[in-house]
Amino acid sequence: MNERTDSDNDGSADTDGSMTLDGNAVAGLLEEIFGTDLTGQPCDCAHCGNHAEVGTMRAFILGPGVTLRCSICGEVMIRVVQTPDATYLDLRGTASLRMPRSTT
Amino acid sequence: MRAPLAWQIATVTAIRQETATVRSFTFAVPDWQRHLAGQHYDVRLTAPDGYQAQRSYSIASEPMRTGEIDLTIERIEGGEVSSYFHDVATVGDRIEIRGPIGGYFVWEAAIGGPLLLVAGGSGVVPLMSMLRHRTGAGDHIPTALLFSSRRRDEVIYFDELESLRDADPTLRVFHTLTREQPPGWSGYGRRIDRSMLFDVLAAIGRQPRVFICGPTLLVEAAAEGLVGLAVDPAQIRTERFGPTGV
Repeated sequence: MNERTDSDNDGSADTDGSMTLDGNAVAGLLEEIFGTDLTGQPCDCAHCGNHAEVGTMRAFILGPGVTLRCSICGEVMIRVVQTPDATYLDLRGTASLRMPRSTT
Repeated sequence: MRAPLAWQIATVTAIRQETATVRSFTFAVPDWQRHLAGQHYDVRLTAPDGYQAQRSYSIASEPMRTGEIDLTIERIEGGEVSSYFHDVATVGDRIEIRGPIGGYFVWEAAIGGPLLLVAGGSGVVPLMSMLRHRTGAGDHIPTALLFSSRRRDEVIYFDELESLRDADPTLRVFHTLTREQPPGWSGYGRRIDRSMLFDVLAAIGRQPRVFICGPTLLVEAAAEGLVGLAVDPAQIRTERFGPTGV
């Protein structure tokens, strides 16, 4: 984890991958939204079927929102935009997502 | 399940200069929760006009240290948050943090080994938490650290790593310096490559649990190199950050 200077937020111009972060970088944001850690949880890419933990996804974090892309096919899986009073979540690229249930 | 992730005010109780551009900060955390080695905290600064800047920093300390954590922070040129920590922060400052965060890039002694840790620059921080945890737990899980830095004086935790290695024959530490090597340097002097990974695997066996943290290019070179040497991809966990020095 560290500071980033990615100038491009959605990864469309990230041709060599050198500026890429991963899902671990947005673990706090995801936990804020879902109420549990997601990075250690598996999900399925709606584009290529890749089954992998959210922590493996490529993350693009600067700008008005966060984009998470599949580590295999590079398609968008999760987009999050937050305004002062709301969170907007676009999960079209995610076929399924696992979340642990409270056992207490 | 744990309590909801909430911001809280932590107090800086100690500052240690690690290298010219890296400092470790000890925070007293009022609502402290035991972390897993590899997790991070989010840090948020608020300017008088309400402007906020938020970053994530890996926890460097071991989980057994109750009530406090260490975050090791590298100065990033032009970085809003890291320049605050390097130019302004002093003992007694109160800082907004939330954590511990993350469930993918984590290790605890109960998970076992052997363990292969690969770091580039400040990517060593979460791996240092794992090493300190391993030592604190009194575990002798065979472990190797391969640590890539640019120059000798930029190697974070160099002295502590030497001490840990000297005290524990089951811990191997391999350094590589990619830009400049001092006279008499006995470590590697190039970017991480397959033959280097081959040597490291020879020291701990070919089926370790692997944690790789550093700039993307290093992470991918190391992960691909290990898979090419028949390490099980399911045992490789990675964490990336921006290019070295940025």
